[in-house]
Amino acid sequence: MQELNSATFDSVVLQSSSPVLIDFWAPWCGPCKTMAPVLEAYANEHSEILVVKVNVDEAPDLAQRFNVLSIPTFMVMKGGGVVEQFAGAMTKEVLAERVARHV
Amino acid sequence: MNELKNVVIIGSGPAGYTAAIYAARASLSPVMISGLQIGGQLTLTSDVENWPGEPDGILGGELMENMKKQALKFGTEIIEEMVTEISGSSPFTIKTATRTIEAKAVIIATGASAMWLGVPGEERLQGKGVSACATCDGFFFRGKDIVVAGGGDTAMEEATFLTRFANKVTVVHRREEFRASKAMIEKAKNDPKIEFAFNTVIEEVIGDDHVTGIRTRNVVTNEETVISCNGIFIAIGHKPNTDVFKGFIDLDQKGYIVTIPGSTATNIPGVFACGDVADHVYRQAIVAAGTGSMAALDAERWLESQTA
Repeated sequence: MQELNSATFDSVVLQSSSPVLIDFWAPWCGPCKTMAPVLEAYANEHSEILVVKVNVDEAPDLAQRFNVLSIPTFMVMKGGGVVEQFAGAMTKEVLAERVARHV
Repeated sequence: MNELKNVVIIGSGPAGYTAAIYAARASLSPVMISGLQIGGQLTLTSDVENWPGEPDGILGGELMENMKKQALKFGTEIIEEMVTEISGSSPFTIKTATRTIEAKAVIIATGASAMWLGVPGEERLQGKGVSACATCDGFFFRGKDIVVAGGGDTAMEEATFLTRFANKVTVVHRREEFRASKAMIEKAKNDPKIEFAFNTVIEEVIGDDHVTGIRTRNVVTNEETVISCNGIFIAIGHKPNTDVFKGFIDLDQKGYIVTIPGSTATNIPGVFACGDVADHVYRQAIVAAGTGSMAALDAERWLESQTA
């Protein structure tokens, strides 16, 4: 899964033809670590979605830009716009359902 | 075809991992179903200062990684899923999203999860200033004013931790006195950034697209006040993770699994319970680990008695 920062975010996300699922995380966050294998499994099963990660430690400006106040926060973007944003750890099934609402 | 196992351990906190280590060393080939919060409540903390044997303290996440390594070293099989259903009598049938397992004995170590206030605005603003994980989200409140709701050790620890980032931390508690340990209370009282509001209940979390304050009421004077803040961390206590066991095993009024005093045995032969899912008196990681080893020993002896 690609790790994005301020330099790469716009070119990758805004220009993606498929919907994008962004995982805002940090290495010191327990629930974020719990979500890592869940996200991996989800990405493997949904090649129609571009799944990317943003480490808020390394890209705090991105976190601020999207009003991220908690991690993990998941954001779904389509056509360059944010369509959904939700926070917390969850099962793969719940994650898939939240994303599917917009796809 | 269903797989038949000697013992399945449900949960992956200190109770679960200790039970796994003991069961694996007793050649029981245990299977652990870890649940979603792998490592349990300690993965939400930063430094654990009271774990015996770690005089310099240890990070909660690191301690749990060490336990996991140890459980795997002795041959535990770990399935990183949630139990969706349990039924039957030895062998018990346990289901997850992808598997069905038959187990001669079961050790329940599912622990407890943070409770929410249940007031208007709380759910809506989750992730937007409402949090139950100080170590995860404190980062976003640098220089801001924060409220911590609660009066126990978790609330004290979160408040103290949050002073690393916050401008001011106000601990709001509905009673006159804290129920936290003396060491934790002293630490919080001595911190110039921490203020206290006693006899105060939170009635609402306010804000449009992020938290801007909380509406509170003093239970003694009935006076209502709005405390402005950018974030609120809920630390009011835990409830046992037993929803999936309702109807299967005896639970007490608060949802904790009932065990026979001095043992981890429950009302169901072959099912044992350990850690915070059964303990609402001590709720300490080291006690959970202790009862985890008891559960493995109880399960081992019970299995032997079945073949005698």
